[in-house]
Amino acid sequence: MALKFPIFMDAQSTTPCDPRVVEAMLPYFTEKFGHPASRNHPFGWEAEGATDAARAKVARLIGARDAKEVVFTSGGTEAINLALKGVAEMYREKGNHIVTTAIEQRAGLDTCKRLERQGFAVTYVPVQPNGLVDVDDVKKAITDKTILISVMFANNEIGTIQDIAAIGKLAKEKGIIFHTDATQAVGKIPIDVETMGIDLLSCTAHLLYGPKGVGALYVRRKGPRVRLAPMIDGGGHERGMRSGTLPVPLIVGFGRAAEICEESMPAERARLAKLRDRLQDTILGSVDEAFLNGDPERRLPHNLNISFAYVEGESVLMGLNKETALSSGSACTSATLEPSYVIAALGASSELAHSSIRFSLHRFNTEEEVDWVARRTIEVVRRLRDMSPLYELAKEGVDLKSIRWKAE
Amino acid sequence: MAYSEKVVDHYNNPRNVGSFPKDTLGVGTGLVGAPECGDVMKLQIKVNVQTGVIEDAKFKTFGCGSAIASSSLATEWLKGKTVDEAAKIKNTDIVSELKLPPVKIHCSVLAEDAIKAALADCKEKWLKAGAPAASTT
Repeated sequence: MALKFPIFMDAQSTTPCDPRVVEAMLPYFTEKFGHPASRNHPFGWEAEGATDAARAKVARLIGARDAKEVVFTSGGTEAINLALKGVAEMYREKGNHIVTTAIEQRAGLDTCKRLERQGFAVTYVPVQPNGLVDVDDVKKAITDKTILISVMFANNEIGTIQDIAAIGKLAKEKGIIFHTDATQAVGKIPIDVETMGIDLLSCTAHLLYGPKGVGALYVRRKGPRVRLAPMIDGGGHERGMRSGTLPVPLIVGFGRAAEICEESMPAERARLAKLRDRLQDTILGSVDEAFLNGDPERRLPHNLNISFAYVEGESVLMGLNKETALSSGSACTSATLEPSYVIAALGASSELAHSSIRFSLHRFNTEEEVDWVARRTIEVVRRLRDMSPLYELAKEGVDLKSIRWKAE
Repeated sequence: MAYSEKVVDHYNNPRNVGSFPKDTLGVGTGLVGAPECGDVMKLQIKVNVQTGVIEDAKFKTFGCGSAIASSSLATEWLKGKTVDEAAKIKNTDIVSELKLPPVKIHCSVLAEDAIKAALADCKEKWLKAGAPAASTT
């Protein structure tokens, strides 16, 4: 089959909607346009039935026993905000301390920063060089004022999967609410909120082949019943936790996407892991001083993150961007002009953070695409190394750390 | 962010990539930036010791596309200029030629620093060697 360009391999930023998802959504824009809260006519009943069915599908994907525990939001960011701020406000009397990690998504970190300005204390647990949080470090961070532990399920840059069940167990023992940002993990790897002891879980549809603009927060109803202060006031939709008319077509799409992910997960996981390993082996087998970021085993099947020493990430992307969509932890590709705080948190030098490239695969990638991207990446890295003064110095045997660099 | 055509052109066809032996008389080397900042430029000039004219220039850059383009352009501009003329190249000239957006201005600053460092290195070696300082004032 002929390759189609550009090739999309940036599936941890977003994914394309599965055509089956779009098909399920379409009737809900036109003939089935009712408001799910209209209790007195068939239009409303139809819409409510559709959102309830979607809610059940999302619930099943994460192992929630009661579909009512799923609260729809506008996406992952809103779900994370609601979880953190909602708990902070509701349980303020009980304590003011939150435990989280240094590698959470910006939505988690920035919400914590705001809560700190409002008088909460936050402990940012570091990660080990492989990106894993040591559960003992989480345990040590807990105080008698801790009301919430928030640890991401799988990282958006390096794909590292945390030991969520162990942290859930710890939270239960201490009687502390446990939230996990599972935006990157839901639909990709098995999740069970019951056996893993998760009280709150954030996710989003657009990372699992659903539409943009809808997400969900799982809120445990039993053992313990978690209560949240709402962030949005209004008609009291979503059990009072998230007012606002439900975007029925998006929710229907989310439900269908969840259903497809559940059905196809075992085969898709295996297929993507195989493609990812092929990509990894080809690149690491051909390029010297290329380093895998994150844990080689405990990571998402579709994630690959490599630092190519002596070349800067954005320049690698520039060499490929007409043909392939990838992402980098380089400062030049971020809005903040800071290199990736995730790679930096692994203890790597910031130079390697500037040099990191993330490949993230999706349902529709093929082996031909993987081979092509591997080959072109190798070519571009080699070309850039030929014009890299750092590579030249290193090859001459100069220790780059011995040079007194004049930083701007 | 989309790149300007000139940046893309310099990135795809960088001018004067390479190195001169840095101990040769007349060769000046500027190494500026820092790996942890994500930008390092090495810019070299080869000056005719009789005339003070830059006969050749080469660069190697670790950095984004705009950094590569800024240093590539600098080597193009340096060739044929006297050392005095070269000292007058400003980062703003590079910004306007390459149409660099505000977040990339530091790339042009680095290129100007690299030119200055190369000129200074050349002059220092020249004086050390006891050669007449041709045309430099």
